[in-house]
Order: sequence, then C-alpha cells, then structure tokens
Amino acid sequence: MRWYLKLLPILFILLIWQIASVLINNAFILPQPLSVAAVLSNPTADILGSGSIFDNAILSIWRVILGFGLAVLCAVPFGIIIGRYRLIEELVNPVIQLFRPIPPLAWVPLALAWFKIGLASIVFIIFIGSFFPVLINTIDGVRRVNRTWIETAAIYGAKGWKLLAYVILPASAPIIWTGLRVGFGVAWMCVVAAEMLPGTTSGIGYLIMYSYNWGQVQVIVAGMIVIGVIGIGVDVVFRAVEKRKFQWQEMNR
Amino acid sequence: MTVTISRVGKVFASRQGEPLIVLDDLSLTIEKSELVCILGPSGCGKTTLLRMIAGLDHTTSGVIDVDGVAVTGPDPRIAMIFQEYSLYPWRTVRANVEFGLQMRGIPPEERREIVDRNIRLVGLEDFAMSYPYELSGGMRQRVAVARALATDPAVLLMDEPFGALDAQTRNRMQKELLRIWEKTKKTIIFITHSVDEAVFLADRIVVLSPRPGRVDVIYDVNILRPRDRTSVEFAKLRRDVLELIDRLEERQ
Repeated sequence: MRWYLKLLPILFILLIWQIASVLINNAFILPQPLSVAAVLSNPTADILGSGSIFDNAILSIWRVILGFGLAVLCAVPFGIIIGRYRLIEELVNPVIQLFRPIPPLAWVPLALAWFKIGLASIVFIIFIGSFFPVLINTIDGVRRVNRTWIETAAIYGAKGWKLLAYVILPASAPIIWTGLRVGFGVAWMCVVAAEMLPGTTSGIGYLIMYSYNWGQVQVIVAGMIVIGVIGIGVDVVFRAVEKRKFQWQEMNR
Repeated sequence: MTVTISRVGKVFASRQGEPLIVLDDLSLTIEKSELVCILGPSGCGKTTLLRMIAGLDHTTSGVIDVDGVAVTGPDPRIAMIFQEYSLYPWRTVRANVEFGLQMRGIPPEERREIVDRNIRLVGLEDFAMSYPYELSGGMRQRVAVARALATDPAVLLMDEPFGALDAQTRNRMQKELLRIWEKTKKTIIFITHSVDEAVFLADRIVVLSPRPGRVDVIYDVNILRPRDRTSVEFAKLRRDVLELIDRLEERQ
C-alpha cells in the first residue's frame, strides 16, 4: 500500500474531531484540533508553571530508562539461569506464575509504603511492570535453543561462558528482544500511570493530570499525543533492530 | 587413529520402570583412515553408539577409546556432523566454519588461513559471506563438513548427514565425501539408513542387530572405487545387505 494512503484514516479522525469540537463548542470537553496543535507546536513553552511538555517528557523517559534498565539487568540473567536449569525452573515457576498476573498498578500502595512518593516508587512500579515480560521471554528463548546447536558447541569444546556468549545468547536473542520490546511498552504505560498519582510533581503523566485540574483540556490531548508518539517511536526502533539483526530467525525455517 | 569399542552397553532408564537396553556388549574396532558405515534396523542404537563415541552420551558399561585413550566427553580428536540444523543461522558460512577454532582459542590470524582452506575444500568460496538460510541443503552440509575438518580431528562421525537431501544431491555429496576423505585420510564412522549409500561409501559395513543392538555382521566391501552402482558386484552386495536387514527387522 502506498504510504500516503495510510494517512487517510488519521485525516478522517481529525475531520470528525474538528466537526465534533465545533458542534460541542466547549473547550473543557473537547478542544479544537488547532488549539492542541498550538500546544504541540511549542513544546518547550512552560505550562502553568509546571514545566514544558518537552522537559516533562524527558523526565518520564529518564524514569522509564531507570526502571526498565533495572528490570532488564535483573530479568535477563535470571531468565537465562531459569531457562538453562530445569530444576530451578520447576522451583521458581509457581512463584512467577503467582506474581505475574498482578497488575503493576496494584503494587502502587505497597510502593508508596516502602519508598514514599517520588522517584524510587515510580521506578519500582516500572520495574515490576517490565520485569515479567522480559523474564518470561528470556526463559522461553533460552529453553527453545535448538539442541543440536548446543551439542555442536559441545563437540567443539565450548562450555561455560563461551557456550553462553557464542551460542545460547545469540540463539535466544530474537525472543529476548521481543521481551524487551513488550517490556518497554509496559514500562511506558506504567510511568504515565505512576506519574498521575497524587503527590507527584513532574513528568508527562503529571502534566496532563495537572492540566485537568486547570481545565486545560488541549494540553491533556497534546500530552496524550506526545505519549503515543514516543511509544510508537521506541517501538519502531525496536522493530528496526529486530529486522536488521534477527532476520535469520524468520528465514531459517 | 584407531577407534576401539570394547564391550559397550547402554541402558536407558525408562519412565515405566523397565530399563531399556539399547546396546549390549558391542565390540568393534575401526582402523585409522577407514571409512566404516553402520547400518541397522531403526531403533538398534546406531545414533546412541555414535553419540557415545562423540562423548555426548556416557556408556553404561564398556569402554570406547581412540588410540588407547578413553573417550570420557567431547574430545578434540573427534568431530561430529549431524543430520541437519547444526549450522548457526546468525553466522555466515565463514563464521560457521570458524566456530570450532574460535572455541578452541586459536588466534584470529591463524584461523583465517584454516577457514579459507576448508571452505575451498568443500567448494564454497563464492558463498563464504552467505548465511545458512541462503544455501541449499547440500551446501549447508558442506559447511558442516568444512567446520568439522577445520578443527583437524582424527575421527569424523557422521549421523545420517545426507538423510535430509534429495536423491540427486545425496549422490553428489557422497562423491564429494569420498574425494575429501581420500584427500584428508580421516577415519570416518558414517551412520545411514540407506544400504545403497553404505555400499557406495564404505570400506566395511557394520550391520547392527535390533534392540539390544550388537554387531550382527560385518561386510568387507572390496569393490574398487569409483564404484559403479549398476555393476553386478555392487547390486549383489546391496541385495545381500538388504535381505539381512529385512530379516533383522522381522525378528524385531
């Protein structure tokens, strides 16, 4: 399909939005597209003394990098160990299954009790949210490494870290990467939600909540668009790397 | 190098409690530079035997040694080629051939020359930078052969290496293998389901009996190479071996 055809649905939504906003004629319920565009066109302008969209978005990204990075640092090594050793997997699997279905936001009260309001509790929520997708994909990826690949490596005397670095990791990398992509998506949702908690004073989630209190609906919508665009942008990067680096996986069978 | 298999047995613990005797008291000596094909009805433990020689499985009883030194695990003197899916798809042909050398800690400058030589040996110079998924099945097995030869093992174990190839490619690969074997003079232990393949390749054909596997008959193949599949002596030996295997299958 030609790329510009894909723009049609978006133009259609803009059109409906424009018509609806004119009909409703109440900026506190639905602002006009142009007023949102005005906010977006000036992303570094301060908004009611709580910083600019740009600054707050950077802050949110920074929080996600912290929480997500920590989750990856823990989940990948842990997942490799679980995926490699059957016994450990059987041992910890019930615990994973128990914790996995708890939504990250259900951890909020506990996070506040432990870390108080602030960076630590937000990072903790993000950590919890992205830990499980990364962990589960890592376990799955490591466990699904073709047995012949491992035995071939054994034939040539590879064991320990060499087996890990030259066979296990590259072989499971595509599935682990998918885990990172999903995990980042969850992390991004978590940061926005966590920043809406009372007591937070910065971040893109805070900004749209704050704008609600001041009746600045056009800022809310602009913030939502920024959240969406950043989410898509990161996903595109993940997919591009996947396509370049892990092409062999699709071609292999 | 001589591979000596003395009184080797293999018992698998089965889930139903009854232990499964796969190989029982199997003895066989394979001489240096010999090409031996192992045939037998399915389930006779051919692959298990090969895996034990490779050091991937342990013997339950008995000893396997190479030139008097027992095999206790994967051994640099021995390389194994699997039926399929043994190449690393994220590595180019070059990098695959290089793999064993890399694992053995050979320095990169030294590797390059060895890799080049072995890629040339299997005739894949033009595909050195290709990925396995860009190659045909026959070419992939050539890469596997080159990778094994690169580490310069004395013994080459091949577990139905051409089993997944079409008939035409298979015949071509057999000729290739003979050429490489005559050039490198490796000891080759080759497992196959195909009697035709065994008669075409082998110095000796070892036929295993059904479970528990032991050596049933050993044929010396005294047909001059290059062997003509349409010759009378070829056809006769092929028929004899086929009949034997049929009888063994029935006994099962």
